[in-house]
Amino acid sequence: MNHRLSGLLIPAAAVVAALLIGALMILALGANPVDGYRELFIGAFGSGDALADTAVRAMPLLLVGVGICVAFRAKVINIGGEGQIIAGALVSTVTVLVVPGLPSLILIPLVLVAGMIGGGFWGAIPGALKAYLSVNEILSTIMLNIVAVQIMNYLLRDPLIDPEEIERGTRIPQTERLSENADLPILLDGTRLHLGVVVAVMAAVVAWAFLWRTTIGFKVRAVGQNPAAAGYAGMPVKRMTLLALTYSGAMCGLAGAVLVFGSQSHRLITDGSSAGFTGSAGFNGIVAALFGGLHPLWTIPSSFLFGGLLVGANAMQRAIQIPSALAVGLNGLVVVFVVSSNRIRDRMRQRSELAAAARALARREAEDEQHTDDIGGKVVA
Amino acid sequence: MLEMRGITKRFPGVLANDHVSFDVRAGEVHTLLGENGAGKSTLMKILFGLYRADEGEILFNGKPLQISSPSAAIAAGIGMIHQHFMLVPILTVTENVALGLSSSGLRPDLADVEDRVRALADEYGLQVDPRAEVWQLAVGERQRVEILKALYREARLLVLDEPTAVLTPQEVDDFFVTLRKLAEDGRGLIFISHKLHEVLALSDRITVLRDGRVTGHTTPAETSRQQLAEMMVGRPVKLAPDKPEVEFGEARLTIHDLSVRGDRDHTAVDGVSFEVRAGEILGIAGVSGNGQRELAEAVAGLRPPDQGSIRLDGVEVAGASPREIRAAGLAYVPEERMRDGAIGAFTVSENLMLLDHDSPAYSRRGWLDLGSLNERAEQLVERFAVKTPSVHTATRSLSGGNIQKVILAREITSGPAVLLAAQPTRGVDIGAAEYIHHQLVEQRGAGTAIVVISEDLDEVLALADRVAVMFEGRIVGVADRADCTPEGLGLLMAGG
Repeated sequence: MNHRLSGLLIPAAAVVAALLIGALMILALGANPVDGYRELFIGAFGSGDALADTAVRAMPLLLVGVGICVAFRAKVINIGGEGQIIAGALVSTVTVLVVPGLPSLILIPLVLVAGMIGGGFWGAIPGALKAYLSVNEILSTIMLNIVAVQIMNYLLRDPLIDPEEIERGTRIPQTERLSENADLPILLDGTRLHLGVVVAVMAAVVAWAFLWRTTIGFKVRAVGQNPAAAGYAGMPVKRMTLLALTYSGAMCGLAGAVLVFGSQSHRLITDGSSAGFTGSAGFNGIVAALFGGLHPLWTIPSSFLFGGLLVGANAMQRAIQIPSALAVGLNGLVVVFVVSSNRIRDRMRQRSELAAAARALARREAEDEQHTDDIGGKVVA
Repeated sequence: MLEMRGITKRFPGVLANDHVSFDVRAGEVHTLLGENGAGKSTLMKILFGLYRADEGEILFNGKPLQISSPSAAIAAGIGMIHQHFMLVPILTVTENVALGLSSSGLRPDLADVEDRVRALADEYGLQVDPRAEVWQLAVGERQRVEILKALYREARLLVLDEPTAVLTPQEVDDFFVTLRKLAEDGRGLIFISHKLHEVLALSDRITVLRDGRVTGHTTPAETSRQQLAEMMVGRPVKLAPDKPEVEFGEARLTIHDLSVRGDRDHTAVDGVSFEVRAGEILGIAGVSGNGQRELAEAVAGLRPPDQGSIRLDGVEVAGASPREIRAAGLAYVPEERMRDGAIGAFTVSENLMLLDHDSPAYSRRGWLDLGSLNERAEQLVERFAVKTPSVHTATRSLSGGNIQKVILAREITSGPAVLLAAQPTRGVDIGAAEYIHHQLVEQRGAGTAIVVISEDLDEVLALADRVAVMFEGRIVGVADRADCTPEGLGLLMAGG
């Protein structure tokens, strides 16, 4: 099979399989899966508003996913998206609190860069630990997620808390309404579609260009595929590992900034957990990236699909009265199917590669045969 | 005693065996000769029950044989000595032999097994201590254990898959005496090898395979190395490259008193000194595991030396990084080509640009100039006759020989001062090996100082202007090519 085609078919089959099992779960809950899925689809993609919501929901997934693509290409597994989102949100929030009066044209790019610096720093820590001290990045990134949440909780309860909350004595852990100059502009009046969505798509294109069109991206991929050969070729293996996690963190940090300044409250709020702020984008983004074959451009439609699942699941929950946990379960099922289908796809790709090479060589040899027939004939005889 | 008739086996996109017919008589050594991918292993895997043939039949002692698993093959009297030994290192020789035997009690009677192992060992000259634990044994001894295992199970037909690859020339001689004796006692032996002189020395009959088909049956008396090679490749080949006379220039690589530690922290290279001049090929012969790999890695900057000096065109590079050493003029074709030499998942074009993708000729301000990189890749593929569907094909789907050509193309294209090639044609088919040798000689003509590290004595003798022999981390002898004989070098390789 053409592997471009199978590259699309297999993930689609994984989604269908997950939805089928989800349907059994809905049946077991005594509801009608057909109605449920119709509501899900309409809720996610059925109207302009729904599409805008889906795009907004997809945006952090895409940014995290883009970062995951870069990290995974360097064979670095970044489970620290949650912490890096928070770090980016905090640094960009502090930036706006320090210079709230700058004009939008300067302030918006500034907060986006601040978010990248925050997340990049939070990614650079495990990156350096891995590169120079061989600390397993899966452990260190997870641990740093917890550290980031606690820092956020502390900052929002005390130094960064909205002064009004103190006056009123309610002490809700949130910042003041941040400077309007930093609000991400709405792209379509009447919807929630904001500039962050464009930023995320651009980030995907930039990451693609970085990985496949720049000398540093080439080194990152070489190090990821074969550190021994890359090292021998004179590439700075450790620095590339550090760079990949920093880049990955910067994308997550950018997501954090966009989540704050594209939110409807325009504040940074914590409920004590990381998911309360991030909506678990740091983890769901990994799923979106895997579903997109760890390719930044394929992660765009993939994130849109998962954003749709999240938005649509809410609609389904309202319509057929099933617990929202089912939506989380559905996501989990898709992950399981996608990850296992990735293996099948890799195997099919490898097989079709080998077969194609064998065919091409057979053709060439058939051409050569004419020159060598006389020798071959003599020997066999 | 064995007859395989019209065996056909298809894999997706490949016809691995195409109506292969072949037979073995009791008392003879029958060689299966062919390049990688010619279908030898597939045929043997069918015989041993690991694959099932799509067509054809197998007769064993005149009766049709249905083999569904290796244990069925063993029960039928077929023994296979794999290239990679199947032994448990922490068990003794006797225990390894007893492993997998059915026994009546909970414990097999090891004393009986031991007596029988001793008797077999004496009978066939397979000296090995039955009580030694396998991890203590040298490679040659382990191989004897494998053969004893098969003999203990009363194998009448023995398949030996590249058995000489791990042996020194002297060990090979002894080994062949054993094999002849095994055959004289009425066993049939299938010998798989691509070392042509061994094939001629040992075989009674030879069957040559190419692209899954039998291209000829012959005997050593009627053929020659040259003819066998042509049957394997299907066209005329040059086994030894033509080497024009050249004037050697100044020393370009000078190594003095170099010591390097190995992975187990032992001294792997022990006070080695040599120099290689412009236009000269120094061949380093030796059984692998005598420090060659560590020597190569130290020169390439992948392993820090303990002491000593390495000079490239007069510049001291001992302990420098691979990048610095490359900049000083070294090119390196590593022994483990898929680990150190190439990135399997990368395209041919990407592998060709590993070294110089960020040079000003191929990039601008950090952006790759893919147009000129691909154009250069096309040229190199053409010039080095790399058989690949395109420069955008994943490198891992090429054959070993073509991957090696890609690596060589990349390394040579920079016009290096010194080229260090470790096992440049191991596992590579004859056609590609011929081409690689030709390229090395060309590069010699361009004034590069070349070091070829090889276990293959024929290769060293064909290429080298001077030969050094490594044994236990030292260079135990250096001589001009003209003064070398295979026998003399073989003695040195064995430490004598």
